[in-house]
Amino acid sequence: MALTEDTKVQIARRIAAELQDDWVVNVGTGMPTAVLKCVPDERDIIFHSENGIVGMGPEPTDPAQIDTDLQSAGKRPVTLMPGGCFVHHRDSFAIARGGMLDAAILGGYQVAENGDLANWKLPGAKLGSIGGAMDICVGAKRVFIMMTHTTPDGKPKIVRSLNYPLTASRCVTKIFTELAVIAVTAAGLVLETLAPGVSLETVQKLTEPKLILGKGLGLPG
Amino acid sequence: MNNAAAVVDCIFDGATVFIGGFGRGGVPELLIEAVCDRKLSNLTIVTNNSGTARTGIARLIEQNCVSKIVCSFPIAKESYIFKEWFEAGKIAAEVVPQGTLVERMSCAGAGLGGFLTPVGVGTELAEGKEHITVDGRQFLLERPLRGDFALIKADMVDPRGNLTYRNAARNFNPVMAMAADMVLVEANRAVGLGGIDPNIVITPGIYVDRYWVPGSARN
Repeated sequence: MALTEDTKVQIARRIAAELQDDWVVNVGTGMPTAVLKCVPDERDIIFHSENGIVGMGPEPTDPAQIDTDLQSAGKRPVTLMPGGCFVHHRDSFAIARGGMLDAAILGGYQVAENGDLANWKLPGAKLGSIGGAMDICVGAKRVFIMMTHTTPDGKPKIVRSLNYPLTASRCVTKIFTELAVIAVTAAGLVLETLAPGVSLETVQKLTEPKLILGKGLGLPG
Repeated sequence: MNNAAAVVDCIFDGATVFIGGFGRGGVPELLIEAVCDRKLSNLTIVTNNSGTARTGIARLIEQNCVSKIVCSFPIAKESYIFKEWFEAGKIAAEVVPQGTLVERMSCAGAGLGGFLTPVGVGTELAEGKEHITVDGRQFLLERPLRGDFALIKADMVDPRGNLTYRNAARNFNPVMAMAADMVLVEANRAVGLGGIDPNIVITPGIYVDRYWVPGSARN
């Protein structure tokens, strides 16, 4: 299903709330870019963009600030935060694979119960666009997936095992959707938060694996 | 050089050509246009994306100059010319994870025989690649990727060919400049010898073979 802008911002705010001071956080293309403008002013996060930006800021509000030499991974105009800097592509991916990313926020086609991620190619397609997703998912300490809970035709995207081509195995830390926040743990998928007005039954019906109830829910378990 | 056509007159049919840039940043747009005008054939293009609308790399494809593209992000809304040609079987594509793509070029530039990466293990991009286990962890052996030519977009250039880059226009350019036999540069501005603080040179001029500044006649 397609999300309204308001819903995207709600999910983005929820993800932004997970980010801690001094974290280096990679932001991928598409929906995740919404997180940039949802970070509270007092929070000091260093955003990394795969095309060599360390300290990326949100899209410029003044059109005069738009600079084709300063774009996000999604090719949108962005800004540079004070103290930000540039590196070339090899160094940018050394940052990603080398363990400097405290978190990465990406979109997803499917996430499996064990944390396997699919987000680059449709089943049966001859080609897909991997971009930097494999490198980033292998290297980041935490991988946060921001996605719709189901496919446009209502099928679960959180599944027992992937039937879409793998991006990286066992990499996902948490999944953020319009319905819930779900953590991937050794014990299984833990439902951490329900969106306002959403019932546990609804989320479980639209999620293939059995969910373990998180303590913060005020629910048994 | 005096014009873009003269810069790219050395490129030959069947060459492997690196093209810098990511999105619009760091793309040597006028050199690409000059390559289009050469009506070359059978080029292998190594770059991040497969062309935007009908310009640049998309125009090269549409003019039947390209037989293969090596990139990380071939399928995108704006890359419809590539998609049309790929689906018609008129162009081949090799998809390489972005970090692997740049590191393969880096290896070629650094005289290395390849590198081991955990990226791609377990995925379909690992098929046919050699797997090597080091200290219990599985890696793929990735091979160097060398170009016959690199088309580079720089900010400043001096008479030695020393280069700086502007903002995120740096991206692939400095690595590509180290890994191609002939390095052809389009720069925003030329300065005299000593006009670039040596501390901020990113690409030493020893890598640069030809450069051109649009609107100027300096070489």
